[in-house]
Amino acid sequence: MDEQRTHVISALVLHKPGVLQRVAGLFTRRGFNIENITVGTSEQENMARMTIISKGDEKVLEQIIKQLNKLIDVVKVRDLDPENTVKRELCLIKIHATSEKKRSEVIQYANIFRGRIIDVGPETLTVEITGSPGKIEALIDLLRVFGIKQIARTGPTAISRGTLD
Amino acid sequence: MKGSEAIIKSLKDQGVDIVFGYPGGVLLPLYDALYDSDLEHILVRHEQCAAHAADGYARASGKVGVCIGTSGPGATNLVTGIATAHMDSSPILAIAGQVGTALIGRDAFQEVDTLGLTMPITKHNFQAMQADEIAGMIKSAFYIASTGRQGPVAIDLPKDVQEQEFEYKADFQIDLPGYKPTRKGHPGQIKKASNLILKSKKPVILAGGGVILSESSDELLELSKLIKAPVTTTLMGKGSFPEDDPLSLGMLGMHGRKVANLVVDECDCLIVIGCRFSDRTTGKVDEFASNAKIIHIDVDPAEIGKNVDIDIPIVGDAKIVLTSLIKTIGKLKEGNPGSTKEWADYISDFKINCIPRLSFEDVPLKPQQVIKEIRDSIDYDAIVTTDVGQNQMWMAHYFTSKIPRTFLSSGGLGTMGFGFPAAMGAKVALPENDVVAVCGDGGFLMVCQDLATVREYDIPVVVCVLNNRYLGMVAQWQKLFYDERMSHTHLGEVPDFVKLAEAFGVRGERVEKPGEMKETLQSALKSGEPTLIDVIIDPDEILPMVPPGCGITEIIGEYKVEREVPGEIPYRAPHKEKEGE
Repeated sequence: MDEQRTHVISALVLHKPGVLQRVAGLFTRRGFNIENITVGTSEQENMARMTIISKGDEKVLEQIIKQLNKLIDVVKVRDLDPENTVKRELCLIKIHATSEKKRSEVIQYANIFRGRIIDVGPETLTVEITGSPGKIEALIDLLRVFGIKQIARTGPTAISRGTLD
Repeated sequence: MKGSEAIIKSLKDQGVDIVFGYPGGVLLPLYDALYDSDLEHILVRHEQCAAHAADGYARASGKVGVCIGTSGPGATNLVTGIATAHMDSSPILAIAGQVGTALIGRDAFQEVDTLGLTMPITKHNFQAMQADEIAGMIKSAFYIASTGRQGPVAIDLPKDVQEQEFEYKADFQIDLPGYKPTRKGHPGQIKKASNLILKSKKPVILAGGGVILSESSDELLELSKLIKAPVTTTLMGKGSFPEDDPLSLGMLGMHGRKVANLVVDECDCLIVIGCRFSDRTTGKVDEFASNAKIIHIDVDPAEIGKNVDIDIPIVGDAKIVLTSLIKTIGKLKEGNPGSTKEWADYISDFKINCIPRLSFEDVPLKPQQVIKEIRDSIDYDAIVTTDVGQNQMWMAHYFTSKIPRTFLSSGGLGTMGFGFPAAMGAKVALPENDVVAVCGDGGFLMVCQDLATVREYDIPVVVCVLNNRYLGMVAQWQKLFYDERMSHTHLGEVPDFVKLAEAFGVRGERVEKPGEMKETLQSALKSGEPTLIDVIIDPDEILPMVPPGCGITEIIGEYKVEREVPGEIPYRAPHKEKEGE
């Protein structure tokens, strides 16, 4: 019962001003943990989908879902089953690399992780990678030795497998 | 049509005939439209009073109360009243003016983020950016405020939107895809609850404010008679069950009646209806009703399991759920007289042993005696409001209520200054009923400027100021828990409340001895004039209480009873016995 678990909550919300504030404010006010939140348009017109990553025990999760459902602008809330959910994140990594050798190593690593080089400057390379947060962490760890100048991550977004809701 | 006219038309379409408000710069267009309208407007003397009056109006009548304030400070002054309504699920609509849309975000004169400020203290809020949105917004606001778990809704109204001309179309739809309150309880859960209730030997019902909001007092009475279960209430539930009924236990909790606190501790099945398990009701949660299976009926699913673990939850409107529950129990009960008679007898013995003492001859007056005289002076359909603090808890503890919507008090937020303006709103809603506000001297002084309003509009409420020159509840805690270090709780010797009333053209009376309260209150009510009664009470009187963090059986302070009954209270302290084994 008291076991802390990371949950992926998917919420379909009305796509209008203030919705993010309502959701974020709810988490702050009720003391719910929020590790990540992504928002974007959804398959339905005028609706956006939020993916919220939160840590808590079953009781806290139940409250999060119920309190989210109380918000008038929130239309549907699901706690995604980790076994049946695909979770992906986009990450851009800018690396300091001037020498030929360093650059080719970075490119090789990026390729292994199915990343792409999306920008090359006189002193930098920028890698784009999508995948599970674990895979992204692994690549970042490898690239650290070259000198990472900047990282921009979207945080994970998620969707259920197959015909599941 | 102009936006401002659309506001008034939409309010009238919702059946609103009176609003409480205070104008300001950005509200000039709305007030200009009001000038030609037959919508009545009561000019309060502080926006907080507009919100409390709308709240009192709503609690007394069951209809949505409407209050209006200007942008910036007008809106922030409304905030306390909106938060009060939110904590107690009271349906009000708060309309706040806003600077013109072109100025929003530029820190314009009297600009404040009203939408952001009211987001956590409303059920929902809106900002109108186009005049053609107004009608739909107001209709949605009333629908949201008055259905499901009721509560306040705020609308932010920029000045230029009020002035904007548009073509009014009547055929707008409410489009709220994310709002579908559950009304009917799940039949399986109702059946499970019925079986549990019939199996229990020591059932107790705990009725909260939800019983009053769903107007299910008749069903509550029927259920209690059907299963012979005593009924205790929360502060907000006071009035949902007749407190002179043999099955009534009175209020539960930190300042609850001894019998209620002990019986809830002992019961084996607690049926909780429309209640959110406030810390003031439960005391230490781990020890709350620890011998009971708990059934929780509530319209708000988020209340289930929020504070207390529930065995059988039923989400739905209390009236509908109770009706099904009574039916189901009735069917299951056929040919089975039940086994709760012993429990009912025990309760009645128990009650005789701890009827709180009300009669005192002392001078200065004991609050119990004052409350007894107030009770003796007014009918049961008279509406009493309380302020917050000792006055409120004395009233909750000692005053007998029988009818829903006749005991109005700021429960959740505990807003000092609530009692008087709420009484004003209640009297406006129900002019035929006597309305009496029982306040402390501290709380009343926070809103005393609205004596001007009751005078100007001839709203004949009677305000009883229980005057002990102390912030009594905080002083009580200082006496009990802070070594009598009375830090900043003595209010000094001013004002003279009688003269204060008279300065506003309101009748002022003073009461100092037993018997005078009844006489003075009755003549005040007969006069048909707004009246303030300054009641000089004993500053040392303390209400027995459960210290914070303790279980509700751990009452401290002398519990004075009406008559001493020989022998011990038959309390059986179930889990303590278990420990002894």
